[in-house]
Amino acid sequence: MTALALDRVAVRFGDHVALDDASVTVSRGEMIGLIGPNGAGKTTLLRVAAGLLRPAGGRVLLDGRPIGTGDRRSRARLLAYLPQGAPCHWPLEVRRLVTLGRLPHLLPWQAPTGTDAEAVTSALDLADVGHLVGRDVLTLSGGERARVLLARALAVEPALLLADEPVSGLDPAHQLRVMTVLRARADAGTGVVVTLHDLGLAARFCRRLVVVDGGRVVADGTPADVLTPETLANVFRIRARVGTWQGSRYVVPWAVTDEGEGADSDQPVLHPAAAGRLR
Amino acid sequence: MREASVSRPLAAPTIGLDRAWRLPLALAALLALLLAGSLFAGPVTVGPRELLGALLGRNLSVAEIIVWELRVPRTLLAAMIGASLGLAGAVLQGLLRNPLAEPGLIGVSASAALGAVIAFYTGFAAAFPLGLPLGGMVGAGVAVAVLMILAGRQSSTLTLILAGVAVNSFAGALTALALNLSPNPYAAAEIVFWMMGSLADRSFQHLGVAAALTLPGWLLLISVGRSLDALSLGEEAATSLGFDLQAVRWRAVIGTALAVGAAVSVSGVIGFVGLVVPHLLRPLVGYQPARLLPVSALGGAVLLVATDIFVRMLAPGPELKIGVVTALIGAPFFLILLLRLRATSP
Repeated sequence: MTALALDRVAVRFGDHVALDDASVTVSRGEMIGLIGPNGAGKTTLLRVAAGLLRPAGGRVLLDGRPIGTGDRRSRARLLAYLPQGAPCHWPLEVRRLVTLGRLPHLLPWQAPTGTDAEAVTSALDLADVGHLVGRDVLTLSGGERARVLLARALAVEPALLLADEPVSGLDPAHQLRVMTVLRARADAGTGVVVTLHDLGLAARFCRRLVVVDGGRVVADGTPADVLTPETLANVFRIRARVGTWQGSRYVVPWAVTDEGEGADSDQPVLHPAAAGRLR
Repeated sequence: MREASVSRPLAAPTIGLDRAWRLPLALAALLALLLAGSLFAGPVTVGPRELLGALLGRNLSVAEIIVWELRVPRTLLAAMIGASLGLAGAVLQGLLRNPLAEPGLIGVSASAALGAVIAFYTGFAAAFPLGLPLGGMVGAGVAVAVLMILAGRQSSTLTLILAGVAVNSFAGALTALALNLSPNPYAAAEIVFWMMGSLADRSFQHLGVAAALTLPGWLLLISVGRSLDALSLGEEAATSLGFDLQAVRWRAVIGTALAVGAAVSVSGVIGFVGLVVPHLLRPLVGYQPARLLPVSALGGAVLLVATDIFVRMLAPGPELKIGVVTALIGAPFFLILLLRLRATSP
């Protein structure tokens, strides 16, 4: 079942075209890695998908209905968004912060109930931050804080989780932990969209990758279909060592392609099927 | 180690529930004590029995007139204005996620003061008893209208604040202009003294007209509590949690204009309460913005009633303005607090 559909979405910031004719569908239970170079439009795409940015053209449908319509709170229960470098502005205690994820489930004056406490506890366990309860979130390390804020998003118990670069700035162990949590959520039935710069993590943890370049969706398919030498050269301007180990694909960016070498802007956009054949 | 911590996950909120009431109850008790004490404070000694009799309206004496006409309205005004300042300060600090925000930031106080000064200047203030506060309230209303035009409907918090800063300095400049062009030094002195902030000789009429605006203002301010909690996570996360930030901003601004505009119109400008009180109480509520609001309102009332008692207990002489005292005590206290904070933070 398609939970979220972006249909030919266009976004402009002044004269700059941030997204153009971008279409992506997300189903429950799948984990999509949104990849592309800096400034490609990944974050813009995610913000449009979260209903934070109204597109100039196209439609965004959440469970078949336009995302701007309907009650904000019911949308907030369905869809959680984890911003890039998710901030916390006050030195809140960890559990109290994670409980903020329950706000869409509470009436304006309602105190958190037992159900909310259970959801918070399970979110803390899922993100493996139960041992941090009682700590002030601003005294945590970057990796711990990132996982606490992920727990906040999980506490919403959403049907869809949109995470903007949840692993940037984390050490490898924390990166693997966060990706494992997201993968487990997807396997448990949540639709997960995650923007990533680490192609290796994207290839390993996501069964579907969407490549964005210059505001357009230029490839959409399995890691094997998408991470071809051609796409890596045309979109990311790199040559990479690509292989398979223990049943997962891995990508090690190795060298920057020379300007002009297979990197012309008028290069035909790679269709996943064609990319598969080329390989 | 980790298993142990996972097995006691309910600890924080359940403890929080009974603890959550301790601070507001303590502040409410302190406020009740101060309110009672405030009725005794003044140059004329009124004993407990006389006071009780006066309050119940049993003896038509000088005591009754002093208590009912002077001390009761003054005390209630101090509590109401202090609560407005504390509440608005807590809301604005939460909205901006900045502990240095204070109610005057959005230009409402300065505009209310300007309105009052214009009322002075035009003789509107002298024309009838409530001319001065009404002038101030018109000033606060104009400030909100200008903010709405400047910041527009699709405003960000930053444009709102910048617009507020602009309104603030323009109103300040116009007030200075009025002083500059003042026809005689007495009028100028009167304006300057009024602007220092005072609760002396305010009547039940003042209290009534201020309360009519303040109470709806409080409701608006209190209603944004949960949104401020969500804003701890930033504007995008707060929006994704289902909060309409545009509505939250305007509720905060209009609520502040009503409550603080009414306060300034009646009492003049009283500084530092809206800055210091939320800042002091925030650690005691675990830094959670929504929980800070009622506590900060109570704390503001406590501080202003206590300061007003202090002002009245000073030896007779020229009245020491309450706005001067709050700044005089508030600023050094705040500095000490900052120094201690810097010493303990890592």
